[in-house]
Amino acid sequence: MAEIRNTENNWGWLAIFFHWLTAATVFSMFIFGLWMTDLTYYHPWYKTAPELHKSIGLLLLLLTLLRLAWRFIDPAPAPLANHSAFEIKVAHRVHTLLYFLLLGMMLSGYLISTADGRAITVFKIFEIPAIIYGIDHQEDVAGVIHLTLGVLLVIIALLHAGAAIKHHLVDKDRTLKRMFGR
Amino acid sequence: MKKLIIAGLLIVSSAASTVMAENYIIDTKGAHAFIQFKIKHLGYSWLYGRFNTFDGQFSYDEKNPGSASVSVNIDTTSIDSNHAERDKHLRGKDFLDVKQFPEASFVSTSFEEKADGKIVIKGNFTLHGVSKAITIDAEHIGHGNDPWGGYRRGFAGTTSFALKDFNINYNLGPASQQVEILLSVEGIRQ
Repeated sequence: MAEIRNTENNWGWLAIFFHWLTAATVFSMFIFGLWMTDLTYYHPWYKTAPELHKSIGLLLLLLTLLRLAWRFIDPAPAPLANHSAFEIKVAHRVHTLLYFLLLGMMLSGYLISTADGRAITVFKIFEIPAIIYGIDHQEDVAGVIHLTLGVLLVIIALLHAGAAIKHHLVDKDRTLKRMFGR
Repeated sequence: MKKLIIAGLLIVSSAASTVMAENYIIDTKGAHAFIQFKIKHLGYSWLYGRFNTFDGQFSYDEKNPGSASVSVNIDTTSIDSNHAERDKHLRGKDFLDVKQFPEASFVSTSFEEKADGKIVIKGNFTLHGVSKAITIDAEHIGHGNDPWGGYRRGFAGTTSFALKDFNINYNLGPASQQVEILLSVEGIRQ
C-alpha cells in the first residue's frame, strides 16, 4: 500500500485517488451529458438528469481545486529514468492542458445554468449562487464552449491513456503501474 | 383672405388624406409594443414568453380601414421565457433552430374592420422556414396625440396555430400542441 504522500519514485494514494475519481467522472459525465440533452420531454430523467449532472460537475470542481492544491503541497514523483526529455516535456504540457480543460468544462457548465441569475442546487443540499450572469446569449455561448471543451477533453484524455498504455506494453516501464500504486 | 387660405389648406389636406394612408412605425424603441406567446405546460398551466427584438410598421387610413396593412419582423434569437436553460432549448434544433432561421415575419394580405369594431387581419406568417396563411383577430385600442408632439395609434391581436404547422415537432405532450401569440403594438405616425 502506498503512502498518502508522493515519494521520489511513487505516487501517494491521495494523488492516485484524485486521478482515478476524476477520470471515471469525466468519462461518465461526457456520456451522461450527451444522453441527457437528447431526452424527450416526458422521459422520467428529463428533469432529474441535468440536476444530477450539475451537482456532480460542481463536486468535481471542488475535487479539482483540492487536487490542484494538493499538487502544490505534494510535488509529483520524478519522471522515470527511461523517459526522454521530449516525452517528459510533452507529457507535462498535456497534463497542464487537461487541468485547463477540466476547469474550462466546469466553468462553462456553471455559466449555462446560472446565465439568468438562478443558483445551482447541489444534490438538494446546498446552493452555488450565480456570479456572472445576464451577458447577451450567455447560455448559448457557454453551451457551445461546454460541448467543444468536452469533446476536446475526452480526446486528449484518451491520448493520455493511450500514451500510458504504450509505456506499459511497448516500453514495458512503470508509468501505468505507478498510477495503480505498484 | 386668411379664411380662404385656411379653407384651401383644409381641402388640400383632406384630399391628401383620402389618397395617402398614414404610415406608422411600431414603437419598439420605446418598447410600446409586445409580441408574447403562451403555451400550456403539461396541460396544467400557461407558460408565457416573448420576443424581445422585432420591428415593424403599419399603414392605416380611418376613411378606408380596408386598405390598411401591417408587417413585422421578429428576431427569433430574442426569445425570452424568463429561464435561460429553457430559452437555450427553444433556440435550438428541437424548436426554433435560430441558427438556421434567425428571423420570423408577418406580412398582411387583408385587413377587415367590422361594424362592431372587431378587426380580422389575414397574412403570411413565416416561422422556422415555413410560410403559412394565418388570421389575427384584432381590435383598435386607441389613437391620438401623445404629450411630446407625436401621434400614436395602437392595436392588439391574437392568433394561434399548431407548432406542427411550422414543422416544429418536439413532443411537449397532447395539451401543448397549440401556441397562442398575443400582439400589442403602438405605432408612431411618420
